[in-house]
Amino acid sequence: MSGLLKIIIQRLFLGLITLLVVSVIIFTAVNLLPGDFAQAILGQGATEEAVAAIREQLGLDQHPVQRYFQWLAGALQGDLGTPMSQALFKSFAGTNTGESDVTVLSQIGPRFANTMFLAAVTAAIAVPLSIFLGILTALYRNSAFDRAMNVFTLSSISSPEFFLAYILILFLAVLNPIFPSLSNIFEGMAFGDRLEKTMLPALTLTLVVTAHMMRMTRAAIINLLASPYIEMARLKGLSPMRVIVKHALPNALAPIINVVALNLAYLITGVVIVEVVFVYPGIGQLFVDSVKIRDIPVVQACCLIFAAAYILLNLTADILSIISNPRLRHPK
Amino acid sequence: MTQISRRSLLKTGAAAGVLAATGMPLRAQAKKGGRLRLGLAGANTSDSWDGRTHSDSFMIMAAHGCVFDCLTEVGADGQLKGELAESWEASADAKTWTFKLRQGVTFHNGKAFGADDVIASLGMHTEEGAKSAAKPIVSSISEMKKINDHEIELTLAAGNADFPFLLSDYHILMFPAGQIEEAIAKGIGTGMYEVVSFDPGVRFVGKRVASHYKDGSAGWFDEVEAIAINDSSARMNALMTGQVDAVNRVDVKTEALLKANPAVNIFEVTGNQHYTFPMLTGTDPYSNISVRKALKHAINREELVEKILQGHGKVANDHPIGPANQYYAADLEQNSYDPDKAKFYLKEAGMDSLSVDLSAANAAFSGAIDAAQLYQASAKAAGININVVQEPDDGYWSNVWLKKPWCACYWSGRATEDWMFSTAYESGVPWNDTNWENARFQELLLTARAELDSSKRRDMYTEMQMLMSSEGGTVIPMYANYVDAHSTKLTNSGTIGNVFQMDSSRMMERWWFA
Repeated sequence: MSGLLKIIIQRLFLGLITLLVVSVIIFTAVNLLPGDFAQAILGQGATEEAVAAIREQLGLDQHPVQRYFQWLAGALQGDLGTPMSQALFKSFAGTNTGESDVTVLSQIGPRFANTMFLAAVTAAIAVPLSIFLGILTALYRNSAFDRAMNVFTLSSISSPEFFLAYILILFLAVLNPIFPSLSNIFEGMAFGDRLEKTMLPALTLTLVVTAHMMRMTRAAIINLLASPYIEMARLKGLSPMRVIVKHALPNALAPIINVVALNLAYLITGVVIVEVVFVYPGIGQLFVDSVKIRDIPVVQACCLIFAAAYILLNLTADILSIISNPRLRHPK
Repeated sequence: MTQISRRSLLKTGAAAGVLAATGMPLRAQAKKGGRLRLGLAGANTSDSWDGRTHSDSFMIMAAHGCVFDCLTEVGADGQLKGELAESWEASADAKTWTFKLRQGVTFHNGKAFGADDVIASLGMHTEEGAKSAAKPIVSSISEMKKINDHEIELTLAAGNADFPFLLSDYHILMFPAGQIEEAIAKGIGTGMYEVVSFDPGVRFVGKRVASHYKDGSAGWFDEVEAIAINDSSARMNALMTGQVDAVNRVDVKTEALLKANPAVNIFEVTGNQHYTFPMLTGTDPYSNISVRKALKHAINREELVEKILQGHGKVANDHPIGPANQYYAADLEQNSYDPDKAKFYLKEAGMDSLSVDLSAANAAFSGAIDAAQLYQASAKAAGININVVQEPDDGYWSNVWLKKPWCACYWSGRATEDWMFSTAYESGVPWNDTNWENARFQELLLTARAELDSSKRRDMYTEMQMLMSSEGGTVIPMYANYVDAHSTKLTNSGTIGNVFQMDSSRMMERWWFA
């Protein structure tokens, strides 16, 4: 097990370096966009003096390299800064308004919790569904059922998310009012209501991620079905279902876990469009709003969360596939 | 003869006529109850209850139209009436204004409203370092004097006949003195609805206060909820599926689908919102008055209204005063598309043809580039060659507007003539996007400001509109309507305010469930 621990520490360290690189890239990219926060927020009122005043107030007139290191120094101490919009708002008021200070973390926190909730609901539907369908399609491969499932899941993964979202709204909210088309969940909502409101975005995301996981399950199992030990199991007279679930599936777990982890990461980072369509108050919407007004501290924090989700889930996937594979667990 | 009960009398249409004749307002039919749900664009995560920072529709509706009150209010019919002020009087030079305040009004936290609150609330805008959009209005006050708890005297540095009108501005909300910080944090005002919950950029819920000075004339819903839906298709969907009862900013591209739904009504008003093509009149060839006149006759306004606004607008006449203004001169001679006239003016300027650059980006207004191209096509017939320069959206207001000699621009309009003119057309102001110098215009601007006689003011403002229309430096092709939509379950008094979208942002007060 000490070998495994070493791998985890190594990967976490590499992950930190990746995050650092990501933060540099994002910072540069946002700075390359035309216009800055001062111009975006002022709109028509962006006279030279007004822009200069806001830049000075928020320190935007400093050199980008200097600004990056200031941000980094704060971030290393766990302070991701104040959203520029909040900093500007305070200056509008002249005096402090007595409100507790809004920081990037306090702004992102509840939004991130909402996104995690949506991801969890989607995963709870999509993962069992796609593994179940994967097993069934492997079992009845090349049958009409197999083909139908493949066509269905592949066409849903090939359609843009907003299109799927509108199709679902049309069929499940407009023509048959089963679920609400508006997912405006809020704090203090009963769990049942929250679940009902989250259903349509969760189903949309399910359609998007199912194909990948289902086809990987199917492929991994079919791949194993040609191996001698499966032939042995068949010769013993076991039922096809038992052969697949008891004998093939455990050995196919590693690739399946990998693809599930990748798709979970996608559920956290790729929900931007779905959140906008369903007005779901998650981190994706906040991210879009912040990019629009070039609110760099919030954009940075969102990107770091997205990157960290990818890194951690990938790490989890690798560790789980090591654990699920005795040959990797006990390397010679 | 069958006996008519009081109830059935109220129900019949004939009764409405009878009651109207007796002077009882038709509004008596309004019904109390229900929870109004609005889907609104224009929400931001940086929103707060601080009126000084308000600029977009969500907070204007929630604060100005719901939780807070101003001293004065523009009614749905466009007439100014008292809100927290009961009445007011001016000295002959329009410099000293005495406001009588409503008695017995309390804030949501129980504090009584009085003169001190007015002084503190106005003071917020001129506080050291404050950047309120209403600062120019409040800083024109040179002295604030409390006469007693319910009377206050405001002295202006220079006479301004529009002063009570300006106090209806959505930034100038009344906060409780001494508790302003708390009131900004929690949303404590004197409005018909008190805050139940508020999540910036996401949602606002308000509850009707038990008793209010507007009882009987407004505030019919038990509860109101505003949901932030910035995405326009999501907003239309929410209305179509009955998740909300009304939405603002209808997407004109999908308007036909909304119209096909029998449970949805589209309502629109022409306000002061207008699109412009300002020329820097200090630059050649725009310094030549004949060139400006030629350009004004080379644009097909009807076509622009039809194709850019899909019919949701009105032809404008090269001056910025709109139908929601008091002294809007509707019967001025209309500058219209006339290539021969344009050619004539070009000749007058000593030219056979003209080549000019027009800078445009959709940041100026939605469809600005298409509008510039239509302009280009219509001007060709008059021998004017317009080269449309497509500018990037980002930084448009800092790099193009006020910098390029001719560009596209947008104005939401102002509640009073003086405010509009002194924002963008008074000589030397920072947002003057034409640098147009006209001695008579500047003189009228100052005289009209201090004139209390309404008919004299009408004459002066009409002359100013005429001057701008014929000689001014900007081409204003059209007013853009405020287009909103509501479920047929909702109804109203029949008059819809045109100062701002959603019944001048007073939908939560003025509408009810049929």
